[in-house]
Amino acid sequence: MSRVLLLQGNEACAEGALYAGCTFFAGYPITPSTEVAEYLAKKLPQIGGAFLQMEDEIAAMAAVIGGSLAGRKALTATSGPGFSLKQENLGFAMLTEIPCVVVNVMRGGPSTGVPTGPGQSDIMQCRWGTHGDHPVICLTPAYVQEIFTETVRAFNLSEKYRTPVILAFDEIVGHMRERIEIPEPGALQVTGRPKPQCPPEEYLPYDDRKGDVPPMANFFEGYRFHVTGLNHGPDGFPVNASPRIHTDEQRLLRKVESNRAEIVRYEEHRLEDAEVAVFAYGVCGRSAKTAVETARAEGIRAGLFRPLTIWPFPEAQVASLSARVKKIVVPELSLGQIVHEVERCAKGRCPVEGIFRVDGDPITPAQIVDRIKEGR
Amino acid sequence: MAFDYGRYIRPGKLPHIWCPGCSYGMVFKALLRAVDSQKIDRNDIALVSGIGCASRLPGYVDFNTLHTTHGRALAFATGIKMAKPDKHVMVVSGDGDATAIGGNHFIHACRRNIDITLLVFNNFIYGMTGGQYSPTTQTDRFATTMPYGNVDSPFNIPELAKGAGASFVARGTAYHAAALDKLIIEAMRHKGFSVLEIINACPTTFGRRNKFRSPTDMLLWMKDTFVPEEAFRKLPPEKTEGKLPMGILYRREDAKEYCETYYSLVERLRKQT
Ligand SMILES: Cc1ncc(C[n+]2csc(CCOP(=O)(O)OP(=O)(O)O)c2C)c(N)n1
Ligand code: SF4
Repeated sequence: MSRVLLLQGNEACAEGALYAGCTFFAGYPITPSTEVAEYLAKKLPQIGGAFLQMEDEIAAMAAVIGGSLAGRKALTATSGPGFSLKQENLGFAMLTEIPCVVVNVMRGGPSTGVPTGPGQSDIMQCRWGTHGDHPVICLTPAYVQEIFTETVRAFNLSEKYRTPVILAFDEIVGHMRERIEIPEPGALQVTGRPKPQCPPEEYLPYDDRKGDVPPMANFFEGYRFHVTGLNHGPDGFPVNASPRIHTDEQRLLRKVESNRAEIVRYEEHRLEDAEVAVFAYGVCGRSAKTAVETARAEGIRAGLFRPLTIWPFPEAQVASLSARVKKIVVPELSLGQIVHEVERCAKGRCPVEGIFRVDGDPITPAQIVDRIKEGR
Repeated sequence: MAFDYGRYIRPGKLPHIWCPGCSYGMVFKALLRAVDSQKIDRNDIALVSGIGCASRLPGYVDFNTLHTTHGRALAFATGIKMAKPDKHVMVVSGDGDATAIGGNHFIHACRRNIDITLLVFNNFIYGMTGGQYSPTTQTDRFATTMPYGNVDSPFNIPELAKGAGASFVARGTAYHAAALDKLIIEAMRHKGFSVLEIINACPTTFGRRNKFRSPTDMLLWMKDTFVPEEAFRKLPPEKTEGKLPMGILYRREDAKEYCETYYSLVERLRKQT
């Protein structure tokens, strides 16, 4: 039987994690993400899971990687400054291909910024925050129900592709309460990591001969192996031979890039005959949907493209959209980050106009409607 | 019969990166002897490290091994231990790794009293980056970043560990090899967080700048400086000048271990529902 609940976005995220089989959380409190930890602090011990409040975000990220390597599905949740602290170890998980989910409930910045207000200005930090080259999967739900399903999806993608997955939503949806339906166990697909079939003596933790995602053994399962944040060969030991490093980092990119069809998810709303498109994610996507309806009621053919996966960026979709519409409007809670990605993909086929706001208030539907109408 | 180190060393992973004259190899061997004597299935051991010369050790040994980021080994290890409380988790760290960048994790692991064995390889210097001073470099010693003599005051690692709540605190040296085996064994057997500081010689970046003309000079300095704890206690104050105690310096068996406490809470909750 499914359960119907009235939950905050942050709580829905915790429920999504539990549904996906998460039994390990390590974190450090920071507004506006704290409720994810608080909810799991209550639930995890009840089901035999591990909950750790670590001494800081760096430690929390490290503990999550350790927990995952020892076989648990693991989660951490944070916001702005805490997300910055996690970056070095997040990069470690990228290179060592250890699954885990990192939630960033975005608030205003830079620095301590507007801790209780929404923001989307970490979206480039989600992509490029850590050092070195690596792919990123980052999901951007906008509704409480969607936070639940996307959290489940984040775990699935993370396990399937052996990579950390970032879930980035803003303070408003994190704190908003909405009715949500939690499906009965089994109704949503839940996947685990690809496991080795070979005898332990033959196991190579980074063997790419059979595909871009090598099977993953956990510690203590009889497959003794080495994990290092140094560039490594198929056996997990450091190499500094140039061709190997290059091809291995390309493989990391490829395992995400070549699976875009599965990873990139988005909602299209009334775009079939649209003249003006709004590209918006998270809370801006909600305002944009209302704006599109208002514009339509006034006879303007507007439509919405709302990405649920922001990284990898829906490049092909935005490219084709830009060829069909007269302009794309991009509302975002920053002074202009994602708008440049949209511009990059539109390649001048149509104008791209941003609406930016960083004062801790959301962008209203009326602001978006005005921009849709402008210049017509 | 001679001890067969080869049984634990991963084929093809030697030679190690350590310099000639570095005492890390001696400590590495002590670690293998100690683990061997414990008869623990090597599948059940995780050996975790951060970054530094000391932290390269896990690469050579055939356990579940994890070489992490600088200073963070204890935090990774805490995650592993909480996920699998019945397994043996050990950490090797340098003095910089454990007490500078990793200082926060160090004191909190002590406070939590989680059942992890930490070996801090203290060579009083940052070896891997070429000899910058560390939080344990003695005042007036020389380092690349203290070219006029160290003006900073050092940490005393055992005192720091004890103050932060570790339930087992010990000190050994690379020179006192037989005693070191026993200390590693005692640290491993202790249920709770164990800190074992191991005094080491880095002739390359420390010795050279600090008037130790050879690696042997550094070992002889250890011989002269470190006195077994019982003997140290009996020394008259004027004779303790320039000396330091070694052995088990502090032990508390009654302290609650973290995982045990947490999972007994889990048990209690499960009975209620
Ligand atoms: C975040 C970060 N900062 C700095 C470094 C550079 N670094 C590598 S090893 C090291 C110090 C190692 O000294 P210690 O921990 O005492 O170990 P030893 O090499 O002496 O065994 C430093 C500063 C790093 N790898 N990561
Ligand atoms: S630099 Fe020092 S600590 Fe590092 S391997 Fe060489 S002698 Fe040993």
